[in-house]
Amino acid sequence: MFELRRKLLKGGASAALLSPLIGTGLLAPSRLLAAEWNKNAFTALTVNDALKAYGSANAIESRDIVINAPEIAENGAKVEVDITSNIANTRSLAIFADKNPMPLCSAIEFSGPVLPYVRAQLKMAETTRIRAVAKTADGKSHVAFREIKVTLGGCGG
Amino acid sequence: MADRIKIRAQTQGEITDIRILMQHPMETGQRKDDQGQRLPMRFIQTFTVSLNGKPIIDGQLNTSISKNPLFAFKARGMKIGDKLSVAWKDNLGEQRQDETTVT
Repeated sequence: MFELRRKLLKGGASAALLSPLIGTGLLAPSRLLAAEWNKNAFTALTVNDALKAYGSANAIESRDIVINAPEIAENGAKVEVDITSNIANTRSLAIFADKNPMPLCSAIEFSGPVLPYVRAQLKMAETTRIRAVAKTADGKSHVAFREIKVTLGGCGG
Repeated sequence: MADRIKIRAQTQGEITDIRILMQHPMETGQRKDDQGQRLPMRFIQTFTVSLNGKPIIDGQLNTSISKNPLFAFKARGMKIGDKLSVAWKDNLGEQRQDETTVT
C-alpha cells in the first residue's frame, strides 16, 4: 500500500483520480497525509543536532508542559513518561533523551479531537535529562526538561 | 505476520482514553544474541491512528522506544461506536493494521 502511495504521489495523480480508491478503503486518507519518517532528526547523534533537524533549535522553555516520569528508573528498557501540554494550539509533542545514542525518541502529531497528551515507554541508555518539545500551530516550539536516573541501561545487552 | 495491535478506547464523560499496545521487538541494532551476533535493527518507524477512517494521530518513532510499546492518548468528543484504527510500519517494511470500536 505504501509503495502504491509513492507511485501515486510521484505520478502527481489528481484527487479526482484517487477518490474512487479512497472510497474502497484501498487508500485510506491517512496514507496520503502521513509524513515521511524524519530520518535526519531521528538519526542525529547529539541532542542539539536532533533539535535542529526537528526544527526546534530555538524552543522556548515553558512551565506549561508537564512531564510525569519516575525520578529513578530501575530498568532503562522500559521507562514510562507522560507528557501534557497546556499551551493553546499544541499540534505535536516530541520526546528527546539527551544522552541516548540517538536522542529523538518519538514525535507525535495530533489533530481533530485528540488532546495534547501522550504516554510513551522509552529505552534509556543511562541517567539523563529528557526534554519534551511542543510545537504550536504558529510553528513555535516550547520545551520542558526532566532528569531521570537510570540504574540499568536499556540499549545494549 | 506481526502480532495483533491491542487497542482500547474507553469514554468517560467527554473524554476518551485511548491505549495502544503494538507488539513488536523494537530491536535497536545494538543487542547481541547468545552467539555474539548483532541483532539487526528492527523497529516501528511510523504509526497512524484514524477515527472513522480520518487520521487523527501521526506518530514517528525511533529505536529508543521500548519493546512492545504502550501508548496512551486522550480525546474529547468521540462517540460510542466510532471506529478507531491503528496502523504501523517498521523499518523493514512490515506493517499491521487493527481496528476497535469506541466504548
